[in-house]
Amino acid sequence: MLFEGLDLPTVWFALVAVLFTGYALLDGFDLGVGAIHLSARTDEERRVHLNAIGPVWDGNEVWLLTGGGALFAAFPSVYATVFSGFYLALILVLMALIFRAVSIEVRSKHASPVWRSAWDIAFSVGSGLAALLFGVAMGNLLRGIPLDASREYAGSFFDLLNPFSLILGVIALGHSALHGALFAALKTEGEHRTRLSALAAKLSLPVLGAYIAFAVATPFLAPHLSDRVREHPALAALPLITFAALAAIRGSLNKEKRGRAFGLSCVAMASTMVLFALLMFPALVRNSADPAASMTAANACSSPKTLNNMLIIALIGMPLVIGYTVFIYRIFHGKVTLNKTSY
Amino acid sequence: MESDSLVLLSRIQFALTVSFHYIYPPLSIGLGVLLVFMEGMWLKTGDAIYHQLSRFWTKVFALTFAFGVATGIVMEFEFGTNWAAYSRFVGDVFGSPLAAEGIFAFFLESGFLAVLLFGWDKVSRKLHFFSTLMVCLGAHFSAVWIVVANSWMQTPAGYHLVGEGINKRAEITDFWAMVFNPSSVDRILHVLCGAWQAGAFLVAGVSAWYLLKKQHQRFARTGLKLALIIALFSSLFQLHSGHSSAKLVAEHQPEKFAAMEGHFRSGPAGLVPFGYVDVANERVIGPELPGMISWMLHGDTKAPVMGLDQVPKEDRAPIQMTFQFYHIMVGIGMGLIAMSILGCFYYWRGTIEQKPWLLWGLVLAALGPQIANQAGWFAAEIGRQPWIVWKLMRTSEGVSAVVKAEVVLASLILFTLVYTLLFAVFIFLFREKIVHGPDEADLTPTGKLAQA
Repeated sequence: MLFEGLDLPTVWFALVAVLFTGYALLDGFDLGVGAIHLSARTDEERRVHLNAIGPVWDGNEVWLLTGGGALFAAFPSVYATVFSGFYLALILVLMALIFRAVSIEVRSKHASPVWRSAWDIAFSVGSGLAALLFGVAMGNLLRGIPLDASREYAGSFFDLLNPFSLILGVIALGHSALHGALFAALKTEGEHRTRLSALAAKLSLPVLGAYIAFAVATPFLAPHLSDRVREHPALAALPLITFAALAAIRGSLNKEKRGRAFGLSCVAMASTMVLFALLMFPALVRNSADPAASMTAANACSSPKTLNNMLIIALIGMPLVIGYTVFIYRIFHGKVTLNKTSY
Repeated sequence: MESDSLVLLSRIQFALTVSFHYIYPPLSIGLGVLLVFMEGMWLKTGDAIYHQLSRFWTKVFALTFAFGVATGIVMEFEFGTNWAAYSRFVGDVFGSPLAAEGIFAFFLESGFLAVLLFGWDKVSRKLHFFSTLMVCLGAHFSAVWIVVANSWMQTPAGYHLVGEGINKRAEITDFWAMVFNPSSVDRILHVLCGAWQAGAFLVAGVSAWYLLKKQHQRFARTGLKLALIIALFSSLFQLHSGHSSAKLVAEHQPEKFAAMEGHFRSGPAGLVPFGYVDVANERVIGPELPGMISWMLHGDTKAPVMGLDQVPKEDRAPIQMTFQFYHIMVGIGMGLIAMSILGCFYYWRGTIEQKPWLLWGLVLAALGPQIANQAGWFAAEIGRQPWIVWKLMRTSEGVSAVVKAEVVLASLILFTLVYTLLFAVFIFLFREKIVHGPDEADLTPTGKLAQA
């Protein structure tokens, strides 16, 4: 085997985290543009929204697909337990993502105002619901879910809707909306851009507030997480980075530094995702019924041979992916102009 | 009882979601090939008619691609949601091709799709053509990896079993033996041919429709010519690929082959081109060419072929369905060969436009590959029963134990409603595009494209 000496389960834990972080940063703004879509007033503004993400949303969603595939390959039992355990929630995520995708494609293909507003609503609700549910899922993973002796989820759908996870769901929705507004502001001009920037500035403070409230509530709602930070005080730097980045967004927008504002939102989101991964590690599924029987990178992974093969695949594939993704983003750099190929 | 209905509902849901999904990727793959030829011809000849063809069919491609993406994400998750025990059992082997599909196929496809759809005025002709080529290649890679994964379920190789009881799982021993398991190469070619046919017959059908209506005639003639050539090539190659796939099934999955042919008594096997399986009396009612199957497999009409009599009742696939779906696929395949030969012949003679019966036939034939592709997959997957992984795991053992039957029923109803709506939307927009037809302005390319 090529990567004999490496701690392959840990490497794959990190790679899965990288894929889902990539997904959050990239599709985060697509979902966010969807979440704020109905704030646009005219048909043209709505089309500008769709075309701001038009060339890239599909590639961004592939991060989720590949993350799912990597989870299946590297940690099959985690994939099986979480996806079957969160059954109804996942079906809702799928419905949300289906409507999001189809709406983008079909919305402007027919002129009737009823048709267009129906798909606008489907696009917005689908995008927002997906972001919300991803947050709720992260909350439940952080908090831990009860597993039985055969590592099957032993709770119900309604157990997933606990306050801790719902707060994280709202944060995910709010931060996506902010992220989307900041991205859309980069792709627009004039009065539309002014309104998007104002919306982002207005959203940044409640989002920051929600993050802080979540941090304050954590010792009460999920004490094992604050214990973890107490053991490793360096972890506390990550939420502080998130808070600082979010707090600086408004100032950047006031100075019309919109690129920097979007960058700050990326920093805040990335540091949240890294914190999430480090709080979870080495567990992929924390067993709230018996934390010692959690599913960890080491006890839930595929064979060393598969992890090795997959690492070769990733090392060949990912540089290519990143290379042509950057290339394609550069082609579509700049403001949206509507023409006959637009959505 | 509870577990029986759970298995049945989970199977119906998987069948529904994958069948609906499978309307779109073959069209994307097939139209992708057509687009490469159309744009390639434009690059080579500079004739704006090819530009018009590329632009028009890109729009149809975009529609099929979007529906493929929207319904495809369901498939990536559904192994885990509904087939958790299966996922645990096969993840070490089956997960790698799925992840490889994401990394090598989906990123390539979706990345360059942006340039294909929105980059006409932003990049040079050559770079645009390259992007179209990459989208087409990505679509093909996707088919390759997913069929590799499915073929491993049919003819597992390159693995060993470890663990006991519920911890038993398949672990990889040889990655390339898994990728090149006995059936993967033939099945990949078979699926790709079906996809090329889907794209080619769609373009041929729509072009024939325009010719019948005497609209966009130059556009339709040029499209028809390209489409008929690809239809002929892929239909003839499909004949070869279908034959070799069937031989493979007979060799590696003789039980499934017996169900496909309704062959009950071991010994020389005859060919029944169509018929009804009288399962209770273990016979097929229909015209028979004696010894024909034996001859096709072994070159000898007397050669013995294993029959269902050697398969215990509990290990038999649903015979009627397997037989019928398989025969529908083969029948349509033969019809498509005939249509493509007739089409090419009369096009070459220059009289195709005076043959409305043939043009109408081509319009109808656009549905042929769709039905054959679906029927073929039904035969392949129902014929594999009762196994989810051939002779390693039963379908009933693979289901998610933690999900309740009534919850699956609820999601099944939801999928049925939503997919019915989506299908109506697809047909509505597809019809609008065809009625609207190609854009006259596309005959005078603008922007960067005009200069290169």
